[in-house]
Amino acid sequence: MIPGVDGFMYPNEVELQWSVLIVLYPYITGLVAGAFILASLERVFKVEAVRPTYRLALLTALAFLLVAPLPLQLHLGHPERSFEMYLTPHTSSAMAMFGFVYLWYLTVVLLLEIWLEYRAEIVQLAQSTAGPKGWIYRLLTLGSYNISPAARRMDDKVGYAVTVIGIPSAFLLHGYVGFIFGSVKANPWWSTPLMPIVFLFSAMVSGIAAVMVLYVVSMKLRRTPIDMRCLDTIARYLFYTFVIDFTLEMLDLVHRTYESDESFRSLDFMVHTRLWGSQVILQIFLGTLVPLLLLAANQLFRFPEGRRKAMYMTAGALVLVGIFAMRWNVVIGGQLFSKSFLGYTTYKMALGTREGLLPAILLFLLPFAIFLVLVELLPPWQEGKAHEA
Amino acid sequence: MDISRRDLFQIGGKILVLASVGATLEQITGAAPPGEAYRMADHWWGMLIDIEKCIGCGNCVRACSKENNVPQGYFRTWVERYEIEDEAKPPRVESPNGAIDGFPPSTRTDLKSFFVPKLCNHCADSPCVQVCPVGATFVSPDGVVLVDQTYCLGCRYCVQACPYGCRYLHPETNTVDKCTLCYHRITQGLTTACCENCPTGARQLVDFKNPQDPIHEILRTQMVQVLKPYMATRAKVYYENLDGAVR
Repeated sequence: MIPGVDGFMYPNEVELQWSVLIVLYPYITGLVAGAFILASLERVFKVEAVRPTYRLALLTALAFLLVAPLPLQLHLGHPERSFEMYLTPHTSSAMAMFGFVYLWYLTVVLLLEIWLEYRAEIVQLAQSTAGPKGWIYRLLTLGSYNISPAARRMDDKVGYAVTVIGIPSAFLLHGYVGFIFGSVKANPWWSTPLMPIVFLFSAMVSGIAAVMVLYVVSMKLRRTPIDMRCLDTIARYLFYTFVIDFTLEMLDLVHRTYESDESFRSLDFMVHTRLWGSQVILQIFLGTLVPLLLLAANQLFRFPEGRRKAMYMTAGALVLVGIFAMRWNVVIGGQLFSKSFLGYTTYKMALGTREGLLPAILLFLLPFAIFLVLVELLPPWQEGKAHEA
Repeated sequence: MDISRRDLFQIGGKILVLASVGATLEQITGAAPPGEAYRMADHWWGMLIDIEKCIGCGNCVRACSKENNVPQGYFRTWVERYEIEDEAKPPRVESPNGAIDGFPPSTRTDLKSFFVPKLCNHCADSPCVQVCPVGATFVSPDGVVLVDQTYCLGCRYCVQACPYGCRYLHPETNTVDKCTLCYHRITQGLTTACCENCPTGARQLVDFKNPQDPIHEILRTQMVQVLKPYMATRAKVYYENLDGAVR
């Protein structure tokens, strides 16, 4: 008997190939895509109420996007060869497109939109700030100091166009991550055409929840009143998106159960044993049903402000844990059963190794550090435009 | 230059001895006969495995491991033992350490029991080749799925994409490793280490482009099957007498 193995695994299957770092990768890109979609609500769909979180959402997306390739890089057996994906991409490989989708999103969408949004302030700060910080602002102006009303109107127009391009790009970024998993026909846990769209909506859910939590925490830290109209609106959109996400996931579940193909018995057993805690308890009950009920209750009843805040924060935090559990269940769950459907293995997570828990925690904390730097450089607060509840 | 009769005998004798030694070395090393270079376009390799002939001795696993320096705990080939008591129930399958030391005697004799040697199926439509982000894994013109160890990133997408569990990350090179169908041997006119060491002839290297290869007659007259045909990978490892329970 091999420790941690029940039944029969093909001998090379006993060891898991994709670790917690690969769990982190779709989680982080999901937060990016979701945060950007929230930002576009204000910019493109003119949902004025979420204006206070517009810049916050953009900076959140950037902070996480800068970290997104790092878990992949750390995971590679030969990280020094990763540039080959840019030089000689294999056109039939879904993974080969990662670099291009990533660079497109980073440079053409996110950096450009943030630069256009902040340009006037960057120019003012470049002219008024001394020392190294001033150099950074002067560098960020890219040599353009024209902030006349006509130039600002042009910024706004281009910014709008970038956001319009950005929405399908955000869909592409995360739908594509779903496709990487959904197109693996050898793995029935992954192989479903629903995977890209489930990934996309769960990304939106996690990104919206992340910005909502970050907004409330930032306001608390800054001792600034929370714009309740904004918070209520974000929570409403979180609810709508979550309902679609939950419906899609249930559709997947019902479809699998009803079809009951060859893999069903094996996968069903896995969900009831090895994935019970992370899938049924964390993802479905605590990470989906409880926050959905909290958010739904706010659509039906009017609670006092303090209670609303607490309910939203609880829902937001649970959503973030639940979506992480969802990524875990997809990535790790997809490797726990044998492709012979006759056995199961166990994921033994190391602590301090290259693909261990410690690097994963550090990589997850890194975007928050980047976020703090970004907020310091490019303050996103717009109290002047906030609405009182 | 005058050559005496004595010299002629001496030189002739030396040529004769050298030629005979040369011929012997050729037979021992299996070096390709001179003047007949290997042409990839003339071959399309695969394998034929007869389940009824496999006795589960593990010779093939040992030979492969030794021939290819396969790291301990990983397998380019392995053998599974299936035991089926009731067709309605899942079979009992085992492959202790890939069967490198064979199998312990079965405790039951009232079961349907057989051995299934496994290796890379060298699929013509390989999912592993499809997903490699840099094309480090490829189908050679003679039909062998290979990995360029100097190019592989070690992302392991191919390991996930292989329906048969034939790939692993080599712990020393940090690149993906798999059966090469003993490419270094078959291009020299030899058979694979596993086939050569099979005492019952259960494994046969086949060349689909060789009209004299017995595979054509077998495919025409016998019941043969590939593993997981629904994966549509155009696997080139064919099995004779394969039970439907095998995955």
